Amino acid sequence: MTAVSYAIPSVLIFVTSALLIVVGAVGVISVKNPVHAALSLIMTLFGVAVAFIAQSADFLAAVQIIVYAGAIVVLFLFVIMFLGVDRRDHVTVEPLVGQRAFAAVGVLLTVGGLVTLMARSHWVTGAMSVSSQGTPIATGQGNVRELGTAVFTTYLFAFEATAALLIIAVVGAVLLARRERATQTEEAGQ
Amino acid sequence: MNWLASVDPLFAHGVTWVVLLIVVIKVVAGFSMLMGSVILMIWFERKAISDMQSRIGPQRWGPFGLLQTLADGLKLILKEDLVPAEADRFVFKLAPYLVLLPALVTFAIIPIGGTLTIAGHPVMLQVVNPPMGILLMLAMSGISVYGVMLAGWSSGSKYPLLSSVRATAQMISYEAALGMTIVTIVLVTGSLSVHNIVTSQAGGVWHWNIIRLGLVPFIVFIIAITAELNRPPFDVVEAESELVGGFHTEYSSFRFAIFFLAEYMNTITMSAIIVTLFLGGPAGWVPSVPHLRWVFPILWFLVKTVGFAFCYIWFRASLPRFRYDQLMDLGWKRLIPLSLGWMLIVAGFLVAKGWGFFMGATVLLAWTLLTRAFEIGAVRESGAESVLPTVGERPLPGGVLRSMTDEEDD
Repeated sequence: MTAVSYAIPSVLIFVTSALLIVVGAVGVISVKNPVHAALSLIMTLFGVAVAFIAQSADFLAAVQIIVYAGAIVVLFLFVIMFLGVDRRDHVTVEPLVGQRAFAAVGVLLTVGGLVTLMARSHWVTGAMSVSSQGTPIATGQGNVRELGTAVFTTYLFAFEATAALLIIAVVGAVLLARRERATQTEEAGQ
Repeated sequence: MNWLASVDPLFAHGVTWVVLLIVVIKVVAGFSMLMGSVILMIWFERKAISDMQSRIGPQRWGPFGLLQTLADGLKLILKEDLVPAEADRFVFKLAPYLVLLPALVTFAIIPIGGTLTIAGHPVMLQVVNPPMGILLMLAMSGISVYGVMLAGWSSGSKYPLLSSVRATAQMISYEAALGMTIVTIVLVTGSLSVHNIVTSQAGGVWHWNIIRLGLVPFIVFIIAITAELNRPPFDVVEAESELVGGFHTEYSSFRFAIFFLAEYMNTITMSAIIVTLFLGGPAGWVPSVPHLRWVFPILWFLVKTVGFAFCYIWFRASLPRFRYDQLMDLGWKRLIPLSLGWMLIVAGFLVAKGWGFFMGATVLLAWTLLTRAFEIGAVRESGAESVLPTVGERPLPGGVLRSMTDEEDD
């Protein structure tokens, strides 16, 4: 396989995943109903999973679906449903003064920065990042093995630090949620 | 195309029309098998339950009432399709398909037999053998939450909403235990591929994961998967006495039929998954009959799967429903620590015997600590500390008063 040669199936897959991602992303910010926005987010996540599979990163794709679509967005929806945000009228007043103008500037800066980066740097397209010579370095279990080795040797410190951070966050959240009751009983005890 | 061949030997000589045809036939065969078995499963469940309850059950349509499901399906399709005025129309119509899709996809990864040779091509009797393997099943069980959740929410009615909140919490809780047991299996197999999980269990009953892993993961898995399925005794999601019909209260006609179909599809698929992961899938004794050797693995697979399907029916007929808080306790306080601890022990033994025993001791220590923590938590929730402190002076000391009033609790 030469450096740049596109097979029709891979182009089709790319177009599909790109459409899923972009349409979903636009949906998230343009739809009024929060539940519909969450559904659009799921669509984006699926698009990303398809893109991962096209790159032979099967494990990442599966984890993407399990963790993001299967757990995180479910939690979003859970909270939306619990709080009943969905049935309330939408506020047209801006919570922050001039936030639309700031948003426009932010978008311009980001997009402009990305375009400049693309123009300035060497932009590689079509190359499979987890493959060499057209064949993936590792499919299936090998893929997991590569990932596991990298995480538990080269990036061990970062991995453990992330784990500790997450635990701290969870413990903190539990503490914050529980503190009210504890202080109440303490005050009552005094 | 090399990596395709590493996934499935069918593609070893490139993708030709014959290969494509075989793939299409496999997909159609898998789909129709699942559909056919759903019809039989519904009949089987109704018949078995009626036998257990000393009733006759369906008997009018076809021999032994076999066509009852078809008659029910026909009736449901002819019914009026209602959408509640309060409903979110788009999501309401989308939700049944979100339930159906994961049910269909999960079945595709299950190997139902050995490898056949058709027109010179080796054909695995498995619709697809993706490299991510068993993770696909986890992903699909994660996705199947959405169908239930959105169906309940979009109905715009309070009972379905309550049901979907319950369903979400329940399915997310039990997914963790499910994932942990699957990790144990993957550790022993050394591969994610379902095909490899099955082949690693070949060579006799002693190599099956149910025995090789020491029964605990099997028990955790079967409990967790029953909870994932929302089947009795974990069917708080559609507890008739509390929530009318649960998340599908507002559904009628064909959309209701889809929910029903998906539920039974899931039951069959999960029985098959249990067989695949723990009982060696199609493994079993094969007599040396010429030309027919390939039939026996399929028969073994069917026998085992029907056995588990019967177990689910049995559960439904004999076990009372869990209370919601008991269900959460079982999931978070028992199954997740148990599956995590067992995974550590298995991992330890895979490295070396010494590590295995070390891990066993560590897990035992953690277990006692956890039990102590649960005790303290239980006391805080319902014990002496939870009693409101007095305002002013009591005529009797607190301890004496408590021993007088709380006698029967101790």
